[in-house]
Amino acid sequence: MTKYMGTAVRRVEDPRFLQGRGKYVANLSLPGMVHVAVKRSPLAHARIKSIDTSQAEALDGVIAVFTGEDFMEGGCGTLPCGFTPPDIDLPLHHPVAIDKVRHVGDEVAVVVAETPYIAEDALDLIDVDYDPLPAVVDTRQAGGEWPVVHDGMDSNVSFHWPLGDEEATNQALADSDRVIELEVINQRLIPNAIEPRACVAQWDRFDETMTVWTTSQNPHTIRLLLGAFTLGIPEHKLRVVSPDVGGGFGSKIFHYPEEVIVPWVAREVDRPAKWVSSRSEAYVTDRHGRDHVTKAKLGVSDDGTITALHVTTWANMGAYLSTFAPLIPTALYVTLLSGLYKIPTIFGEAYGAITNTVPVDAYRGAGRPEASYLLETIIDVAARELEMDPVELRRKNLIQPDEFPYQTPVALEYDSGDYPRLFDKIDELSGYESLREEQEKARAEGRLVGVGFASCIEASGPAPSAAAVGLGAAIGLFESGSIRVHPTGKISAFTGSHAHGQGHETTFAQIVADQFGVPMEDVEIIHGDTDRIQYGVGTYGSRSAAIGGSALVRSAEKIRTKLKELAAHLLEASVDDMVYDQDEGAVYVTGSPDSKKTFAELAFAVTTADKMPEGMEPGLEETTFYDPANFTFPYSAHVAQVEIDRDTGEVEVQKYFAVDDVGNVINPMIVEGQIIGGIAQGVGQALWEHGIYDEEGQLLSGSMLSYAMPRADGFPSIAVDRVETPSPHNPLGVKGAGEMGTIAATVTISNAVLDALAPLGIRHLNMPLTAEKISNAMAAANGGGE
Amino acid sequence: MRVSIEVNGQTHEREVEPRVLLVDFLRNDLALTGTNVGCDTSQCGACTVHIDGLAVKSCTVLAVQADGSNVTTIEGLASDGQLHPMQQSFWDMHGLQCGFCTPGMIMASVKLAESNPGLSDSEVRHGLEGNFCRCTGYQNIVKAVQAGAAAMGGRS
Repeated sequence: MTKYMGTAVRRVEDPRFLQGRGKYVANLSLPGMVHVAVKRSPLAHARIKSIDTSQAEALDGVIAVFTGEDFMEGGCGTLPCGFTPPDIDLPLHHPVAIDKVRHVGDEVAVVVAETPYIAEDALDLIDVDYDPLPAVVDTRQAGGEWPVVHDGMDSNVSFHWPLGDEEATNQALADSDRVIELEVINQRLIPNAIEPRACVAQWDRFDETMTVWTTSQNPHTIRLLLGAFTLGIPEHKLRVVSPDVGGGFGSKIFHYPEEVIVPWVAREVDRPAKWVSSRSEAYVTDRHGRDHVTKAKLGVSDDGTITALHVTTWANMGAYLSTFAPLIPTALYVTLLSGLYKIPTIFGEAYGAITNTVPVDAYRGAGRPEASYLLETIIDVAARELEMDPVELRRKNLIQPDEFPYQTPVALEYDSGDYPRLFDKIDELSGYESLREEQEKARAEGRLVGVGFASCIEASGPAPSAAAVGLGAAIGLFESGSIRVHPTGKISAFTGSHAHGQGHETTFAQIVADQFGVPMEDVEIIHGDTDRIQYGVGTYGSRSAAIGGSALVRSAEKIRTKLKELAAHLLEASVDDMVYDQDEGAVYVTGSPDSKKTFAELAFAVTTADKMPEGMEPGLEETTFYDPANFTFPYSAHVAQVEIDRDTGEVEVQKYFAVDDVGNVINPMIVEGQIIGGIAQGVGQALWEHGIYDEEGQLLSGSMLSYAMPRADGFPSIAVDRVETPSPHNPLGVKGAGEMGTIAATVTISNAVLDALAPLGIRHLNMPLTAEKISNAMAAANGGGE
Repeated sequence: MRVSIEVNGQTHEREVEPRVLLVDFLRNDLALTGTNVGCDTSQCGACTVHIDGLAVKSCTVLAVQADGSNVTTIEGLASDGQLHPMQQSFWDMHGLQCGFCTPGMIMASVKLAESNPGLSDSEVRHGLEGNFCRCTGYQNIVKAVQAGAAAMGGRS
């Protein structure tokens, strides 16, 4: 029997996607369905004086128009925030605005019509009278008086989250040979999953049950929030389905207003209802990512030993606190500031600022890319000031293999790793020395060639529930996995993880098939439906394999234990002598494989149930709720070579090399795809992507015309390799693979560009490193100004 | 207005509003939902179909403009239960993750490869500038298109 673990099995989900049969929410059409469109605010900050819906209501084909008051009076609650650190000042978020609008794109009114075209027409006929207010856009809100965005809040600072010993850190900085100071901006990004969000809902007024199809990474969480907070339909009367979802990258984790609006409308008009986001709407409603302003100080000795790190970050949270928003710049950011290094003392703090912009929440990497960007950027500045090679400086400070588990000064305990081996491997893969030699030659020719290096860590697989809830999470972050063995030995495996591109239908089938020694074709993975899956936390934070996969392994172990007891009974042997042979898919007495009971025979035996051991129940189904013991800690070292056009400032990425340790690998083809896809998103942030607001709170990069999406011609061929140190914390030995590429690539590219520009005396530039920004900086460096 | 459009070998006659986009006609009137919509500015290419032998973003065409045309969508690419060589190579090379851009990507790639079985890395990358993928980083798409082009051998 084939062992599937570690094998590049072709994806079983692909035939439907390849032939246009993906089951996306926007493809759903139900008899009698109405279409919902949302009137959105064109202003960043304004009081709503009045809304006149009469003309829209009079349009032929319009069924109803609703405003915020209707939803509030109709029983809709406010959208909750699921992570609340101590002393947080929580703004209210109504699904449709009541009194004020707080960002461009804020929901103002809802049209229900017979066709999507009519619904769009009616939006133009709604007349909203606004009293405009000054917009708060600047993250730090420094200098001058800023209006408070939420009437119920004292200020626009929602929370302050400090971690570490500030006094010791300041002392260590004072005692350091050098203190490197740096202020960086980690710019706002817009996720741009290619599938826009969508929601369909169907109400059954006889059973009083609601079914909601939504583009979510975590349908059970959406059901919980709809049931307990926003819609008020009891959880057992709610079914939430997330079928095929066309990419998430974090943006489809959160509970969105439309997920309240659409089912509410379906119940109100007693017909199925559908809303599909346009891309224009997506830009002003999908939760954005990053948007930090940070001041940092790094203490270093003259020999390159890092002595201390002090970090203050202002995180732009946008107009409301989205579902997990405060988690990102706190427990997923400050805790990662130690990187791969032994830093004796660290203090980090984050301020969460409310502004008149789209809410900001998790986006691929979520907090961890921001931490890596800061640390790996300031280390490069330190290396330049010390005139040390940046790789040598990093090597000098690495945590050594015999120091695991390693307790950082910022709460985390790293599980495993071999960082020097990682460095050796990236050296070998990239030919780092020869890249530097090429660079020397290029510089001598007057060319601007840069070599960028970054070594990064991620805390993936959130999270041990006690730790998560202790930090402020509203629910535990375990995962469920259930295995049902049918009488014929075929298997249905139910997971609370949700695939939206990750290929779980393949990798989880590989896991389960290996557990029993059966062909993959005999295993079906079922996910994304709260009526079929016992419970789920969902997919984000690179958690699916480590937590969702482990839940399935534990359920399989329970089943194998039962089958061993059953086989012992049937073979009249002692259970202690039985072995479950996972290669053969059979149970036998140790050393006697000839008289065996196959998996299929045993599955049928629990169905006839006539020769069961005393006390054993018929049937074969087990469920596990797996709570991880710790995060897993994947890490990586990436190298890039770039060249900057001296005339235009344009960056060409010429070479890219990546070595990652994601622990044991289930399917190398899929892992490599995740890493390379992640790298592309990192390069996108470093060079092109930027969610830009003007002073009035208008989003200037609000479409694919003005927001620079990475394109096929922006990349060289990327070379990837791995080191594998199994995670000791889960039965699969896996670590997260989904975000590492993005975390490392962002700063690797940024470091490469800054390395290219260093001879011109340019110390730092914030991302995105566009041709315009670079050419202006080059002109300024040459004394020419802009 | 009345239109007659041949889609995947079958002629459809329908009454449509003049403003209806071809992609909406395909998805809503003909229930051919394989052609996805990823943007509203004709950037992303998810809705690419073939019209009279050319790869076209079906969000840029009105249904009435396609009157009398011959349209092929992703649903019409495989024949006799056999995947088209380009579909097969996307599968073999892991050229897709979430699958949403895939129909448009494949339709654009088929036209790119039709007259050029030996597409270079750079030719593929430039040829697919108008098709966005957020998942794969394009690398495996490039490999898939090269392999698919070779398998097509300069034919459609």
